[in-house]
Amino acid sequence: MQQSNTYIIVFSVILTTVLALLLSGVSQVLGPKQKEAQDLDTKKQILGAVMPMADIKKMEPAAILDLYSKVITAEVADYQGNLITTNEKGGPMVAEEVNIEKNYKKSPEERQYPVFKYHQAGQQNNVEAYIVPVYGAGLWDAIWGFLALETDLNGIKGITFSHKGETPGLGARITEGPVQARFAGKTFVDGNGNIVELQMVKGENTPESKLGPHKIDGLSGATLTANGVNDMLNNYYGYYQNYFDKHVRTGAMANN
Amino acid sequence: MSTETLEAPIVKEREPLLSKRRKKFVTDPLSDDNPITIQVLGICSALAVTTQMKPTFVMAISVIFVMVFSNLTISLMRNLVPTRVRIIVQLAIVATLVTLVNEVLKAYAFDMYKELSVFIGLIITNCIVMGRLEAFALGNKPYDSVLDGLGSGLGYSWIILAVAFFREIWGSGKVFGYPVFEKLGMEGVALNGLMVSPVGAFIVLGVIIWVQRTKTGYVEH
Repeated sequence: MQQSNTYIIVFSVILTTVLALLLSGVSQVLGPKQKEAQDLDTKKQILGAVMPMADIKKMEPAAILDLYSKVITAEVADYQGNLITTNEKGGPMVAEEVNIEKNYKKSPEERQYPVFKYHQAGQQNNVEAYIVPVYGAGLWDAIWGFLALETDLNGIKGITFSHKGETPGLGARITEGPVQARFAGKTFVDGNGNIVELQMVKGENTPESKLGPHKIDGLSGATLTANGVNDMLNNYYGYYQNYFDKHVRTGAMANN
Repeated sequence: MSTETLEAPIVKEREPLLSKRRKKFVTDPLSDDNPITIQVLGICSALAVTTQMKPTFVMAISVIFVMVFSNLTISLMRNLVPTRVRIIVQLAIVATLVTLVNEVLKAYAFDMYKELSVFIGLIITNCIVMGRLEAFALGNKPYDSVLDGLGSGLGYSWIILAVAFFREIWGSGKVFGYPVFEKLGMEGVALNGLMVSPVGAFIVLGVIIWVQRTKTGYVEH
């Protein structure tokens, strides 16, 4: 009796409908909460580029959001460096809501480039670091992060990385604090003002004297992830040059 | 009057909520019939998530939740499920529950979600879950199935927690993220990087299986 084709089809249709309704219902109910969590996570990572992650992790979510709203001012630019103030729907552009992953799929000229300016509370004009999102490909899947540049726009103040599927214990180590700390103090520009590509080298425990200001100690067993990191940083540093030229290098005096 | 006399023996025949038979559903998978060490199921996640105890704990809770509720649901539907499509029905139920777990984690424990979402998704393919649905829930009453799911879930959980304990303490010198050696003033304890990689899990799991099989006297047939 149960085995008739009609029964099977009816059963499957009902089951699918019930499960689909259940899942979409849950997704609707939890949606806002998930968005909050995602937003908090993004802000944590942005702040993590300019202050120790361990300190941020100790803070309550409300305190993090409060701190973020005080010390970060954000804007969005296009590839030419012109500011974008309205989003596709005509509302105000919110830098935190720019989906870096979606933008990454477009050609560099069509992407939107958010910039997060770090300053002490209440001192918007006295920017201490420019934080820009970076996105690229690791060995297995996407890697991304936030790169904090010193006010000279050459030196790295700090960095945070995340990844989707790098090998635990190898490439996934880019999320570890000590690994990220290796980038601080490195610079994209040499003494003559020429841009030099940053390179996370092959092999680990290379002495600092051999590395110099443009090379970063690598990850043993994760050279391909490190290559992805190199490309990601160098590419995005290049993409932001137009913005920096228009709004930071020349306009710095006028803005103040 | 006649109805009363009829009812009485029926009530008497009811099994106590935790009869000996039912207790066995929960206790058997803990040791004698452990899903990991005896049946050698669910090894992939046992290797993957056990670098630290905290994510392992979340994983354990998630698996127990999925096992209990999928067993319950399938058992409730056992007389309705057409046998020819039963596997896909089981899969749909398990996948739904796993997605629920994932969504809840995303909303309330985002850090855990980032760390575990890949593995949570893989609960769907955890052989223990499908194995119990197929072998038990399809032929047994809901309450028994819940106990069976709970038993298998706990059996899985304590093994992965044990593996995670050894891997975390030897690999990173911590237990639940608490730096044990540092606090005990033993700063110089050498840690073994092998324990952090999945290879370490193989070794620890192998030793646990060895010890357990020696104790229970279980031999592969």
